[in-house]
Amino acid sequence: MSDNVYIVGTDMIRFGRFPDKSVPELGAEAAQLALKDAGVKIQDVEALYCGNLMQASGMVGQRILQEIGQTGIPVTNSANACATGATALRGAWMSIKAGVYDLVLVVGVEQLGKMGLLGGPGGGGGIPKEGLLGSGLMPAVFAEAGMEHARKYGTTFEQFAKVSVKNHQHSTRNPKSMYRNETPLDVVMGAEMIAYPNTKLMCSVNVDGAAAAVLASEKKARELGMKRAVKISASILTSDPFTQRDLVMPDVNTCTRQAAAKAYEMAGIGPDDLDLVELHDCFATAEILHYENLGLCGEGEAGRMIDEGETAHGGRIPVNVSGGLLSKGHPLGATGVANVYEIATHLRGEAGDRQVAGAKVGLAHVIGLGSACGIHILEKTS
Amino acid sequence: MTPEAATAASGPRPIVEFLKIPASGSPYLEGQKCRSCSAIFLGERATCSSCGTTGSCEPFRLSNRGELYVFSIVYRSFPGIEVPYVSAIVDLEGGGTVKGNLIGIDPDPVKIKMGMPVEVVYEIAPRKDKEGNEYLTYYFKPRA
Repeated sequence: MSDNVYIVGTDMIRFGRFPDKSVPELGAEAAQLALKDAGVKIQDVEALYCGNLMQASGMVGQRILQEIGQTGIPVTNSANACATGATALRGAWMSIKAGVYDLVLVVGVEQLGKMGLLGGPGGGGGIPKEGLLGSGLMPAVFAEAGMEHARKYGTTFEQFAKVSVKNHQHSTRNPKSMYRNETPLDVVMGAEMIAYPNTKLMCSVNVDGAAAAVLASEKKARELGMKRAVKISASILTSDPFTQRDLVMPDVNTCTRQAAAKAYEMAGIGPDDLDLVELHDCFATAEILHYENLGLCGEGEAGRMIDEGETAHGGRIPVNVSGGLLSKGHPLGATGVANVYEIATHLRGEAGDRQVAGAKVGLAHVIGLGSACGIHILEKTS
Repeated sequence: MTPEAATAASGPRPIVEFLKIPASGSPYLEGQKCRSCSAIFLGERATCSSCGTTGSCEPFRLSNRGELYVFSIVYRSFPGIEVPYVSAIVDLEGGGTVKGNLIGIDPDPVKIKMGMPVEVVYEIAPRKDKEGNEYLTYYFKPRA
């Protein structure tokens, strides 16, 4: 078993809309950037783990190799809703941890274009159920999850909206973010209401994107040089345990809490040791829930936390300094690798204008509805 | 059981399989209850998704009374679907949680109170399938 697993190279393309490019082309672009960052060639790579959701049956990883070098290495394609990228990363991590490989490439890629946020109208026979039996649309599903917090703790529409103000503000300093515009509170609250309490500016942005990372064993990382290497001190994946409401109200909390507990245990740290967090703000309501789910504050304190700016850049525990899914964008399969890129970039001290000063430990979290939760904790090595 | 099989000869079809239309008497919602762990859920299955026991799940008639757990008011939906509508999660008396539209109240977050008592009502759905068949659906209504 390998001692530690390191990220020795990582990068992402700027998220946006690229209708003239294919999914493998987008993935190849990120892969080349990460290989270059690691100072290795595709011939050095022993395996590829690829995450993509919308073309899950399309052998995307193999098609990426067609673009960057068909060396005959094993390719594992994974699809796990919005935890797809994190699932691919964890696969790579496990393969090195098990001592099977020393150098593995991970790519997360997605092309969403201008596809609506709403998802499909749902299967089954008979008549369409949407709008008769409530809503299965994502903005409403996450609105309902947020309303559970409002019910318990009195969290307000304004507090949820402040999450979006913060993340849009953060994105003005990230050159790889889809949007880079400030959105004041009155603009966020006054935007088109999609599903109360989520307005349009409180919904993540559907974009195309790709991110990649090169993972190495302790031995290989030392060979390549540890100066910019980032240690993966925890890699966790959970699914949703049974709860009575889960069937009609997907439970994004329990699987996150279980993943967080396992991740802190594996890393041997607690939430107070974190310098920054990239968490799954697919909707503004979701970010509030995850402050408590990840233990960044006590139960019922998330509303106060956003009010007091504790999660803003420069605050006690900055959350989503990349701009998050709300502004940077949410290319499903790429998201879980892109948030790891963001954390690693801060730990390397290379985040430019948005650098979290002195960052040594960071946590990346994603959740895919249905459900899957992926958490990675990264640590600076030098 | 297919929706067709659960339908009275010439009456409306149930919008979902867990809505039961008996040959005589009122329609009702039916969940499954595990004899082993008492978990209640929607949808038939061979093995309980809570405790993993096989062959322990049996039909369980759900109550028509419950309380509003949480809601959202949906303003943007698929083309052709009338908005706004209130998507509601309701905890039923005696167990079981169901999702549906809350009607009979303004779609206003100030007026809709989480925890308010509601009842399940049954009406012909305002949509037909391609063959022109009618469907029976359920809604939640505030209860005094």
